Amino acid sequence: MAGAAADPREAAFQASIDAERSVEPRDWMPERYRATLIRQIAQHAHSEIIGMQPEGNWITRAPSLRRKAILLAKVQDEAGHGLYLYSAAETLGVSRSELVEMLQTGRQKYSSIFNYPTLTWADVGTIGWLVDGAAITNQLALTKTSYGPYARAMVRICREESFHQRQGFELLAQLSRGTPAQRAMAQDAVDRWWWPSLMMFGPPDGSSPNSAQSMKWKIKRVSNDELRQRFVDMTVPQAQALGLTLPDPELNWNESSGHYDFGPIDWDEFAKVLNGDGPCNAERIRVRREADSGGAWVREAARAWAAKHSHPAAGDAA
Amino acid sequence: MKERGSWPLWEVFLRGRRGLAHQHVGSLHAPDWELAVQNARDLYTRRGEGVSIWVVESAVIHASDPDDGGPLFDPPADKVYRHPTFYEVPEDLKL
Repeated sequence: MAGAAADPREAAFQASIDAERSVEPRDWMPERYRATLIRQIAQHAHSEIIGMQPEGNWITRAPSLRRKAILLAKVQDEAGHGLYLYSAAETLGVSRSELVEMLQTGRQKYSSIFNYPTLTWADVGTIGWLVDGAAITNQLALTKTSYGPYARAMVRICREESFHQRQGFELLAQLSRGTPAQRAMAQDAVDRWWWPSLMMFGPPDGSSPNSAQSMKWKIKRVSNDELRQRFVDMTVPQAQALGLTLPDPELNWNESSGHYDFGPIDWDEFAKVLNGDGPCNAERIRVRREADSGGAWVREAARAWAAKHSHPAAGDAA
Repeated sequence: MKERGSWPLWEVFLRGRRGLAHQHVGSLHAPDWELAVQNARDLYTRRGEGVSIWVVESAVIHASDPDDGGPLFDPPADKVYRHPTFYEVPEDLKL
């Protein structure tokens, strides 16, 4: 490992981590710990923000007022989650405008799952059930991450996220008990979203380059493969309850391991989508840029109003 | 892009219900305190988490230095007589 000319503070830092003490913003921390966290929290925040789009596309087409109200609340939550996470990232010394810039120029990534399109109403339910289900599995582990502000944001997000998964399950349950066409629509959505949901946990442990260090720093508490297995074990009985089939012929209960076995994941597809070649990558960034430039006049007006009518904020003092 | 950065950062405190103190819940950017309260309402009380909001500009908060942790907070550690458990009293008495 590079950088062996160890800073003595680094050993104390690791000892503090090993003793399960949270790291707080003003503590000394290795630059790589800071950089890893900025990258991870930013990517997480960007995912929440971009994640508003696939579902937001269905708000005007929701089939009932009840479903529309639920979807609006859910998309509003995603915006909130993005903001909690941006705030957590900012405690590490990166500014909000830098973060927004890095998303919009593609220098930082977001979860590749949001580069898939939402073709039917059943996709809204499937995203809630599978995508949010996978996100919760990952985020529950992150509530114990070593960086205090990140862990606290995760606690808040997990508390809110469980409604997301349940509304998705309920939506799919209704479709699955509906007409043959509704049922087929639900099955088609599950067929399309199952594998990308498994990819959300990231590459297998053997080829996840940053994992070992992140585990040592307790940024990550549970490995990608273990989280993925947890998700599969949790989801199979739910699919059975829904009466829907998960599109994997190799999915089988393994008596000896006490887990479900599942087939190989297409990591080439994952790499392709992650590197910009998914069905919706260009559109997601274009829509985000338009929202940003379209909102510029509002930010401008708010600032002008503040300058005219309020006591100047201390942070603005010349 | 620059204009967004010039919105100051505010720390948000919520009173969960009457009778409790305000507690720090997070932060947000806003151009002035009125919008900070408004945004805090939207961001931190979507599920009835609070009955009162404080916003304080982050820039005006002064904090102790984390490196002073030892010298600042260690002294009480050897003053065990400040705790009720330090004293031996008859066990059968309510005291």
